[in-house]
Amino acid sequence: MERTTRAFKENSRAAVNDAHLQQALSNMRKGFIDKRGKAVGKLPEFEALRDEGRDIKAHVLENLDFYLEEFEARVVEQGGQVHWCQTGAEARETILAICREAGAKTVTKGKSMTGEEIDINPFLEANGIEPIETDLGEYIIQLAGEPPSHIIAPAIHKTQDDVADLFVKHHARYGKTERLDEVRALVDEARQILRQKFIDADVGITGANFLVAETGSTVIVTNEGNGDLTQTLPRTHIVTASIEKIVPTLEDTTTLLRLLARSATGQEFSTYTTFSTGPKRPDDLDGPDAFHVVILDNGRSAALGGEFHDMLRCIRCSACLNHCPVYRAIGGHAYGWVYSGPMGAVYTPLLLGIEEAGHLPNASSFCGRCEAVCPMRIPLPKMMRHWREREFEGRYSAPAVRRNLGLWAWLVRHPALYNRVTGLAARALRLLAGRRGRLSRLPLAGGWTASRDLPAPEGRTFKAQWRAGGRPGNRR
Amino acid sequence: MSSSRDAILATIAKRLGRGPLDETAREGLRARLRGHAPGLIPARAQVPHAEQLVLFQEQAEAVAASVERIGGMADVPGAVTDYLARHNLPSEVVMAPDASLDAYPWDDKPTLQIRRGATAGDDLVAVSGAFAGIAETGSLMMLSGPETPTTLNFLPDNHIVVLRAEQVMGTYEEGWALLRQSGPMPRNVNFVTGPSRTADIEQKIQLGAHGPRRLHVVIVGPAAEDE
Repeated sequence: MERTTRAFKENSRAAVNDAHLQQALSNMRKGFIDKRGKAVGKLPEFEALRDEGRDIKAHVLENLDFYLEEFEARVVEQGGQVHWCQTGAEARETILAICREAGAKTVTKGKSMTGEEIDINPFLEANGIEPIETDLGEYIIQLAGEPPSHIIAPAIHKTQDDVADLFVKHHARYGKTERLDEVRALVDEARQILRQKFIDADVGITGANFLVAETGSTVIVTNEGNGDLTQTLPRTHIVTASIEKIVPTLEDTTTLLRLLARSATGQEFSTYTTFSTGPKRPDDLDGPDAFHVVILDNGRSAALGGEFHDMLRCIRCSACLNHCPVYRAIGGHAYGWVYSGPMGAVYTPLLLGIEEAGHLPNASSFCGRCEAVCPMRIPLPKMMRHWREREFEGRYSAPAVRRNLGLWAWLVRHPALYNRVTGLAARALRLLAGRRGRLSRLPLAGGWTASRDLPAPEGRTFKAQWRAGGRPGNRR
Repeated sequence: MSSSRDAILATIAKRLGRGPLDETAREGLRARLRGHAPGLIPARAQVPHAEQLVLFQEQAEAVAASVERIGGMADVPGAVTDYLARHNLPSEVVMAPDASLDAYPWDDKPTLQIRRGATAGDDLVAVSGAFAGIAETGSLMMLSGPETPTTLNFLPDNHIVVLRAEQVMGTYEEGWALLRQSGPMPRNVNFVTGPSRTADIEQKIQLGAHGPRRLHVVIVGPAAEDE
């Protein structure tokens, strides 16, 4: 997909002023935040399960090579194949080779963020194979020619009217020319058209929420049933997954599943949770003849042991997106690549480099909601700070930003001067604010005050109040 | 063995600052896999069997499945024909060639046409058994196999699942334990929790996205006596 991470600021401005997008995003509170809250409230063990989930993933990362080899051995024992790919390009070639071997003309696809990451659809198209997204949201954005804007609700930026327009335009070739004005009718029309695609496809590609080392199983979690039809009806099933999706046992997977749906959609359990192990057995009446797992690294192994190690615990639930005030204001496309919201702000620089994605970790007020709801307890704000440091050290930020930060750093290293300057500033701001107690314009910070007021300081700095013997806030 | 495989494994070991794991460490990890110890199990479903049945029904109904409890095996065919009549469906079903379903007296309903096998998508109603019912979330645990084709779970508009009361258990972990006793992993283990749904258009939930529009669970017999 076209990458616009460098244009994050322009993208955001456009998004905030896009009334249509704002209308589409306005459902998020009711749709996600309230539902998660209710589901979590119904499970008293939820917080303790978060600790266990974090520990399971931490254990896996410490022993990732062992578990990957175990997983591979179990898949092979069951008659499947594992393909290790260091880069997106290698994964694309591998998938194409499997499709060619299967004589594939059409490929159905279940939802997969790894598939988005390696940009598989245009590659297959360029090689004469038609990929068909089957998750309703993914299907909608495929018709629109757009990337997903949310991990689990890829078409969240589209309204019902948008979908009706897209279906009229693209379904005419199936003889469907009526513009539908009910959600039910839209879902039914997509169901009818995609049903035949499932049956006709030569290869089905799904992602994986988990890879189970104990049994060599791949796990998908869906609500529509599209993933299961994708992987059951064609002769060949290809799974694409990144290396950190490994979990040791079925019981460990179960613990993570108890966290996943509740964090994601606020469901107690998703409608379909499917464990797939090898191709169909000799006497089975259905299922694929061939089972391939394409395991993608794409820079993840290099992140182990460093500042972003814990990011690899992420299970892609999207709770951090749903609870992020920045995401809810601008949507997913503004982030300019596959991953968005707080997890994207940490993940994208990891995969593309901070020089490409430096704006993303700066798009946070550090309110901390992302870390508070992350089922894997990933310290997302801390990691965004690490990226900001790297951006500064690598001289990727704007010269004016670096100059001002440099000036600030120099000032704080000279305490006497710092006290004098901040004391003066606190008093000056207090005076400027007057009785309103707020400043609507500030020299050198016009960008900041353009959309909000600055609450004025009390008139004395924290340190001054502390020295005067009172606890700040306890006015005498 | 591909060079990418070696490169990925080498990078992992190097970045973790330890080199390849030694045999002692590997044996410890293998023991963890063999032990497959359960984690924290929610208290919700650790209740007497009669309460597990009630919980199963509540949870399944909360996700728009319908649940019917009947007294004995003789009532199963009637439960199926009543369901078909209730929803104005023709008296035809595709049924899993599952030996456990042979125990029900289908001949009592001579007008019910039954085809045994998988489906290619042209059946309106599927009838199947289940490996287990999981009370915790009202989920059905279904295995693929020669007698239990996966397509029945996904292609027909209506899915009727018949299970005996003693097959309903508290937690997924109990299901895994039973599966390990009963044989190797099948191609598919499907946990099915309610009928298919989507919220991809303006987050308005619609049933029957790609899988069944309706899921009906028939539970046969009384709860087991707890010791």
